[in-house]
Amino acid sequence: MTRPEIRYDVRITDTTLRDGSHAQAHQFTEEQVRDTVRALDRAGVEVIEVTHGDGLGGSSFNYGFSHTNELELIAAAREEVKQARIAVLLVPGIGTVDDLRRARDAGADVVRVATHCTEADVSPQHFGVARDLGMETVGFLMMAHRTPPEDLAKQARIMVDAGCQCPYVTDSAGALLMHDARARFEALLAEVGDEAWVGYHGHQNLSLGVANSVIAAEVGVKEIDGSLCALGAGSGNSPTEVLAAVFDRMGIETGLDVTALLDAAEDVVRPYLHRWPKMDRNAITQGWAGVYSSFLLHAEHAGERYKVPVPDILRRCGELGLVGGQEDMIIDVALELAREREQG
Amino acid sequence: MSAPAKVPAAIVGPGNIGTDLLAKLARSARLEVTAMVGVVESDGLERARAMGVPASSDGVDWLLRQDPLPKIVFEATSAKAHAANAPRYSDAGIRAVDLTPAHLGPMVCPAVNMPEHLDAPNINMITCGGQATIPIVAAVSRVVPVSYAEIVASTASRSAGPGTRANIDEFTQTTARAVEEVGGAERGKAIIILNPVEPPMIMRDTVFCSLPEGTDTDAVAASIHDMIGRVQQYVPGYTMRAEPQFDPPSEKWGGRGRVAVFLEVKGNGDYLPEYAGNLDIMTAAAAQVGELLAAGTGDAAERSSTQEAEVPA
Repeated sequence: MTRPEIRYDVRITDTTLRDGSHAQAHQFTEEQVRDTVRALDRAGVEVIEVTHGDGLGGSSFNYGFSHTNELELIAAAREEVKQARIAVLLVPGIGTVDDLRRARDAGADVVRVATHCTEADVSPQHFGVARDLGMETVGFLMMAHRTPPEDLAKQARIMVDAGCQCPYVTDSAGALLMHDARARFEALLAEVGDEAWVGYHGHQNLSLGVANSVIAAEVGVKEIDGSLCALGAGSGNSPTEVLAAVFDRMGIETGLDVTALLDAAEDVVRPYLHRWPKMDRNAITQGWAGVYSSFLLHAEHAGERYKVPVPDILRRCGELGLVGGQEDMIIDVALELAREREQG
Repeated sequence: MSAPAKVPAAIVGPGNIGTDLLAKLARSARLEVTAMVGVVESDGLERARAMGVPASSDGVDWLLRQDPLPKIVFEATSAKAHAANAPRYSDAGIRAVDLTPAHLGPMVCPAVNMPEHLDAPNINMITCGGQATIPIVAAVSRVVPVSYAEIVASTASRSAGPGTRANIDEFTQTTARAVEEVGGAERGKAIIILNPVEPPMIMRDTVFCSLPEGTDTDAVAASIHDMIGRVQQYVPGYTMRAEPQFDPPSEKWGGRGRVAVFLEVKGNGDYLPEYAGNLDIMTAAAAQVGELLAAGTGDAAERSSTQEAEVPA
């Protein structure tokens, strides 16, 4: 197994069109995808992720149905790029290797296989197929705050041994404080050595996505995620345009054109935002209580439907230790809170 | 006491599932486990011997030398092993209840479609998530046409073994197919989530079914309640966390409405821990299939009048 070549100091993957799908309730249109991909490609972004927010096959009652079939969006994205590679997310248990094959046929070059941070051993099947398909591979260890650095490194090892070229510290809840993030970066870097790169995916729930990205770049993390206008679950991801500006100031080469990214965020993405992800009461609660960021809209919906406060729902989700994908439990929690309230 | 009226049965695969199944079948009025079979000496074989059940590590070769032969064999090995063993069972006239993902015979959920397959030589138990959720899909689809059903199974990480983990796609694909073929949905989807929280979470399953406009939601709810009762007959820890939740037709769902059912499956704690409802519902369903097969054929059915007295306390 070899690491893919990385041309600059850090390679930015933009996930506006995947993690941002959560904030858009999975309603991306083909035109929005084409416009965004064109702008990102022109600004020098090398990897652009396009998938339902919950990965291939995520279109469902549980997570929300896609406005446009993700395979059509992937194919459209592929048509628009001149230099960038198209990535897709695959969460084993939700999507399957059949979905991956279809995504490959539609034009995906990179797959990011995502598991909860302690469950990496569900991923080898998918890494194996990805490598057979000639795809570049990334491994997402989600909710990385939920396991200590040394255990996270062991899970990264499982992925790397299965064919993953870059395990990620994936802070799905935006819960990692800076020293927590650093400890995890260092543990993974020590574990994988020169067999693989290490990546970081941040959320802004506690406003630390960019700060943690700076630490990541300083300690040797090579792949870092961002989204234009922070468009992503919870209070969004580290904004790609901010990462580009910060790394430029630090003298860290990313190959990105800061001005072009600022224009892309302002002129292309902002006009179609359903909501500009922000650090509001609910999103901060997610970072504070360590709750999967994608739960936000679902919790807001359940709160309205069952007349219970959204922060209460989110805190209860944190207490129960719910993991990514258990969106159905949000309704269950809301019903439980409503019952408790009735019983006084 | 006169000679036992029970139908002889064997368990092949003395692991956690086989051992839990043995504990359940030990309470059976119609079945008697006469053999526990492995391929190496193991704790499972020792446990069987301690219960007075003949056990051997000489595999199916040994089993097929027994006299009398079992009439039913429960296979709790692997898909590969069952594929190899199944022809030998059928040649010997033994019916197989398959708890592996081999899928050689029809997929059966005892509360839903057992009567259609009473004569099948080989019965497949689908998946744990399938056993938990398909009854609900069937309960809805017998009232209104279900164009789409989706199930989400959440299980404790500790109760998901290496076989499940190595091929998690097998779970989602098989369960989705069974949601259609056994549950009666036009299109099915299955999702599985492993949760490592400590103490381990009890198995949870959510069933979403789309509903046509104008659905009589009272009739759907009544059908679901009726089905819960049927499953509880063989899985006592099978409960709804809340009443079925109905959502009105919506544009985002193609003009259809939705019912959501939130299930909890607490294991019986026979051998496996209570949180492992996913494994318990498999062994409980397999035991129930065995009961129904035994009742449908063989000596036990003829002596049904004496059976009740033989139920151990």
